[in-house]
Amino acid sequence: MAENNSNNNTGNTRSNAKFRKGLDIFLFLLPAILLFVGILIAPIAVSLYRSFQKWNGFTPGTFIGFKNYTDLFTSGSLHFVPALKNALIIAFFSVFVQLPFSLFLALLLGRKYKGERFFLTVYFMPVLISTVVIGQLWLKIYNPDYGILNRALMAVGLESWTHVWVGDPKTALGSVVVPTVWQYIGYHMLLMYAGVKGVSPDLREAAMLDGATNWQVDRYVVIPIIKPIIRTSVIFAVTGSLKSYDLIRIITNAGPTHKTEVPSTLLEDMLFLRNRYGMGSTISVMLIILCFAFALAITAVFKDKE
Amino acid sequence: MEERYTLKKSNPALKVFIYILLVVWAFINLFPIYFMFTFSLKSNEEIFGKNVVGLPHEWRWSNYSSAMGTGNMGLYFFNSVLVTVFSIAISIMAAMMATYALTRIKWKWAEMTNAFFMLGLTIPLQASIVPVYVILSKLHWLNHYSTLIIPYSAFTLSMSILICTGFMVDIPYDLDEAARIDGCGLWGTFFRIIAPLLKPALSTIGIYAFLQCWNEFMFANVFISDSKHRTLPVGIKALSGAYTTDWGPIGAALVIATFPTLIIYIFLSRKIQDSFIAGAVKG
Repeated sequence: MAENNSNNNTGNTRSNAKFRKGLDIFLFLLPAILLFVGILIAPIAVSLYRSFQKWNGFTPGTFIGFKNYTDLFTSGSLHFVPALKNALIIAFFSVFVQLPFSLFLALLLGRKYKGERFFLTVYFMPVLISTVVIGQLWLKIYNPDYGILNRALMAVGLESWTHVWVGDPKTALGSVVVPTVWQYIGYHMLLMYAGVKGVSPDLREAAMLDGATNWQVDRYVVIPIIKPIIRTSVIFAVTGSLKSYDLIRIITNAGPTHKTEVPSTLLEDMLFLRNRYGMGSTISVMLIILCFAFALAITAVFKDKE
Repeated sequence: MEERYTLKKSNPALKVFIYILLVVWAFINLFPIYFMFTFSLKSNEEIFGKNVVGLPHEWRWSNYSSAMGTGNMGLYFFNSVLVTVFSIAISIMAAMMATYALTRIKWKWAEMTNAFFMLGLTIPLQASIVPVYVILSKLHWLNHYSTLIIPYSAFTLSMSILICTGFMVDIPYDLDEAARIDGCGLWGTFFRIIAPLLKPALSTIGIYAFLQCWNEFMFANVFISDSKHRTLPVGIKALSGAYTTDWGPIGAALVIATFPTLIIYIFLSRKIQDSFIAGAVKG
């Protein structure tokens, strides 16, 4: 196709070839642009536009300025503030429980214990399992009558601790946080482990010869080197928590009485239960803003520390 | 020689303690899989009665036939395969072509266009769900395979481009020039020289995209309401609503959805781990 152009008459060749190249670039990019703009960018623009409207999805919307945004934070019946709080609680446990434990495992496995490959492979397994399956399994574990958790408590004589885990407002959020944190420990561990393995053995050896213990080597040599990976993990953990949906839908279904609502479950309710498409769009936009804001803030925090 | 120094100093008690910890954590990660497999083969009497965590006394494979039969898991499995395969194929093709234009053709806006695509790594899936849902429902386009295939390929695109870029910049540019001298145009170079060299990238992208699509729940749950086009995650949710008191068939459904992935993982663990690492290193 393009090669034919080189034989054209000399006068038009240059501009012709330039046009041809531009066209080729456009054609190469076309499928990706169609998908990306059609499914992501244009809908986001529409969401942004609709987020300023009162709109039920069928009739034309009416423009109401920032009312949806202010309602989100002031109207108690929307449950957005508690939902955001729940998402941030999940984010907190991800960053301060999940990631330190992942790092700890990655550092241990980086020391070449026997069976390193086996442990690595097993620890990563939960990541591959669909969250719906994980949710179903944990439901069976939490089941008040037949679940393993209550049975185990009874077996060791702690009958007073047995509980309707998912149904009790006090423990409902916790019963979602535990599987969420557990499932992705292996994921962050794998990323960090790759970083630990990337640290040159010479560096490690030099530090050991200077009399550093394993923990000191990890603290002063390995961790500073894998900082960019830790930053990536923190960003993934926080944005992932803001987006959480699957396990909540399956385990608690946002209940009891909205106690475990998160922004994504609210978003779905706005579409299917309340016909408030304008407000649904507002929640989408808030989620994008929050994800980008947290990603930037985390990057900034890590820069400061350097 | 590099192996020896690492453990020289640690005391044996600490080492034993660390091993116990590693083994306990391995057990915690394997137990749910074991639990799912065993209760998929038990009757309610066993699950609710004396034999909660042991191996089944009587192996009830009939749980699997009820999951496949009345539970429709066979159909959901087929749907998941179909949606996943097409999503991956579209995503890979679009990503390879785009990456070629972004990394191997010199033009002014290449870098900016690349940054534009990388926005997709941070944008949450939820961002577009309202308008896409409204448009699809107005076009009566809900409840088709393509209802999921198109969004899935769009959402895996950014990561596919990112991974593809990593592989494509490693291909020497001399090859392009040689091809040009031999009379290949941009398209000829792409299809005959570059695309065949990207085979290792394909498996990396494919694995990553496979897990995204295979396990995706939110879009599938919102966009698919008829049972004919349900994928596995939505199918399992529906099944668990139908079999609230009968755990065996649910267990069978969970096994059907999970074990193919796990079995592939056992054989390709390093490859699969590498693809997750490749997807995050630049992130």
